[in-house]
Amino acid sequence: MKAERGAICDLLAEYGALIDTAKFDEWLGLFAEECRYQIVPRENFDRGLPAALVFCDSRAMLEDRIRALRKANKYNIHIDRHVIGLPRILDDGHTVEVPFAVYQTDCERETRLFATGLYRDRLEILGRRLKIRDKLILLDTFAVPTLLATPL
Amino acid sequence: MVTSAIWPALDYSRVPYLLYHDAEIYACEQERVFRGPVWSYLGLDCEIPQPGDFRATYIGETPVIFNRDKSGAIKAFVNRCAHRGALVRRELSGNADEHICIYHQWCYGLDGSLKSIPLRRGIRGKGGLDSSFEMRRHGLRPLRVGNINGAVFGTVSEDAEPLEDYLGPPILAQLRRLLDRPVRVLGYNRQRIRGNWKLYAENTRDNYHASLLHEFLVTFGLDRSTQTGGVKMDARHRHNITLAEADSDTAEFAHAAYAGAGVRNDFLSLKEPSLVTFRPERDDKLNLVVTSVFPSAVFVQISNSLAVRQIRPRGVDEVEVFQTMLGYEDDPPEMTLHRLRQTNLVGPAGLVSMEDGEAIEIAHRASAPDLDRTTVIELGGGGVISDRDYRVTDVPLRGFWSYYAELLGIEPEGAVR
Repeated sequence: MKAERGAICDLLAEYGALIDTAKFDEWLGLFAEECRYQIVPRENFDRGLPAALVFCDSRAMLEDRIRALRKANKYNIHIDRHVIGLPRILDDGHTVEVPFAVYQTDCERETRLFATGLYRDRLEILGRRLKIRDKLILLDTFAVPTLLATPL
Repeated sequence: MVTSAIWPALDYSRVPYLLYHDAEIYACEQERVFRGPVWSYLGLDCEIPQPGDFRATYIGETPVIFNRDKSGAIKAFVNRCAHRGALVRRELSGNADEHICIYHQWCYGLDGSLKSIPLRRGIRGKGGLDSSFEMRRHGLRPLRVGNINGAVFGTVSEDAEPLEDYLGPPILAQLRRLLDRPVRVLGYNRQRIRGNWKLYAENTRDNYHASLLHEFLVTFGLDRSTQTGGVKMDARHRHNITLAEADSDTAEFAHAAYAGAGVRNDFLSLKEPSLVTFRPERDDKLNLVVTSVFPSAVFVQISNSLAVRQIRPRGVDEVEVFQTMLGYEDDPPEMTLHRLRQTNLVGPAGLVSMEDGEAIEIAHRASAPDLDRTTVIELGGGGVISDRDYRVTDVPLRGFWSYYAELLGIEPEGAVR
């Protein structure tokens, strides 16, 4: 089954906006009940090495990440700005590749490029609604500036 | 120039901010620390299994290559052409029979020796190098190489003591424990922190901060200062092992201790508990071992996540932490999955390590304007530098500074060692 291009674009726009406004519970709602979320530097991916910066192979782990972010982790005070490119929909109709950049602005309102890379998303189609089944974030940026706390 | 008069206290319990910010001191460190009589971690034996395999790395800011030659021996040299000082090998890793500088195609063998120079005799007898030019004097600058159970170290110094002596018995035992069977690389991660490299070296020796800065440890019950543990150093106190044993305290005791200290301590549980589940892999109960090897290597076991970190200074105001994630070659697939899940704990996005990036940046930023002010290092008391069997201590930081002062030639008379 193929997803509609408009629906895919809506999902991506929502995805970035929810992170940028720190609505992480709603952001979790974009994922399917069974899902996977990984951030992998290309340094590993290109060599076939499995280690990720963030490796959540279940929804439970993704929820734990968000809970830790709220309850335990301390990180640089900042806002994120996702700039998400045009999706390239692969032949199966539910796998998309999307380039992205994330800028961070600190509490003195100084902005820097935080990361660039590619989303490789496998989507689940439930009627007219789309959910993210598997999100692989391939990071072009090998070295994470400062730290990575809020999702990409 | 900085002198021994810089130290306000002979036990190194006060470190002037100047040492984190001065460009002249930074340049001096490159020479006397990184190119001094120390051994630096280069990488792993298993990263270059075949003859011709090479990897690029750094000692301080000096670019280095290590490779396996045709006989199977590991050789290392400075990655800089003898001709005009250009980087010879630009790739991070690969396999090759020789290393050729792109600038004028000077060609070096896997032992670093200069093998050929194009147009050496010029053209039709004109130009080229003089016949007195000695090829053997213009190889890549060689490093001495040492290997502890597959962890490869190198030094550019003629004066460095043998690697085993440099590490000393406790560190050697800890590396042999971690590397007690062949490892494989699960992947790499890197973190670029806007702070001086020594702030990171201190951080890995600072037992006191762990459960306070990294609240995840306590909140989700992975590690607490109430557990049995402590710090153990080499005779010179330049290296350090921070240790803790699993299940060596009770939740009630920990709760009371942290609450008594006025520390927030919500004890929560995870939806996916395997993230913090420790599966013992040997006879000991150690579930946290952080082994800092002066100046720039850190071998880490946090629960079942295993890693080597390399501290790569990038100017006085920035450091890259390059981390290699490990598993064992004989791990069954299910154990590899467990380790991959626990990689979530460490690295730049690590649930128990991400805060270090922020802590180092705020320390670097706020200390910059007042270079004559100092830090305070007194947890576990001042005075003598020695091993401790408790965790609320930062005494190994004073060991680090003591050896640092010796190398820089700024050790005051009567200072502790």
